[in-house]
Amino acid sequence: MSLMQIFDIAGTGMSAQSLRLNTTASNMANANSASSSADQTYRARHPVFAPMFNDAMADVFAGPESVSTGVRVLGVVEDARPLQPRYEPGHPLANEEGYVYYPNVDIVEEMTNMISSSRSFQLNVEVMTAARTMMQRVLTLGQQ
Amino acid sequence: MAINFNNALGIHEQALILRTRRTTVLANNIANANTPGYKARDIDFQALLTQAGDSQRRSVDMARTHQRHLSGVSSSLADELLFRVPTQPSVDGNTVDEQIENAAFARNAIEHQASFQFLNSKFTGLMKALRGE
Repeated sequence: MSLMQIFDIAGTGMSAQSLRLNTTASNMANANSASSSADQTYRARHPVFAPMFNDAMADVFAGPESVSTGVRVLGVVEDARPLQPRYEPGHPLANEEGYVYYPNVDIVEEMTNMISSSRSFQLNVEVMTAARTMMQRVLTLGQQ
Repeated sequence: MAINFNNALGIHEQALILRTRRTTVLANNIANANTPGYKARDIDFQALLTQAGDSQRRSVDMARTHQRHLSGVSSSLADELLFRVPTQPSVDGNTVDEQIENAAFARNAIEHQASFQFLNSKFTGLMKALRGE
């Protein structure tokens, strides 16, 4: 039944968008987490999405003709942009040269990500609600 | 005179099935609105319905190599799916426009309701005829 499939599709969409919102929240919360060494500093994280395919073979030959059934999260990658070293000798975490490392989180970018993902989440919820209404209607077929 | 469901229900049965399949395709586009490289898909409803109405047959009928084989119809949409022409393609290769997809989905939902209404009144009519009231 095709309409049942929509619940799965919209479900994967909602789950992917909420993961994106999660990483955004994590990035914003850690935007000012300073550290004394570059290795220990928080780096911005971003999820990578890919279409989900019905069977494993379609995934291997993911040509333009294969039909996907939802979205999946391939993984979460760390932002490769350089960290921000700042000269703050008075900072308790400053190293010998007086530098403190700040994460490479772009607050403006995170804000747009947040709006975009909550909007997409909302759209997926609407799709699911519409599919439910359509199914309920179809179930009344032939009734007086 | 025997009651033939194919004659009685007309095109509305096929229309409802196609509307349902289109709903899946559009839901998929919306779910992949942020997937890099994803291309928005859609079906040509009119062409498919004409096909279904003309001969009660789909273009993706399975080949029958033996006379006792059943005539199967592929449930895959792959051959019928087309790509949407993007108005504002994004840099990551995604061609889903959420507003267009949302509008198409809402329209399809209403058309699904219309098809259902027609089909339902066909059944109601049949039942009235059977009761002879």
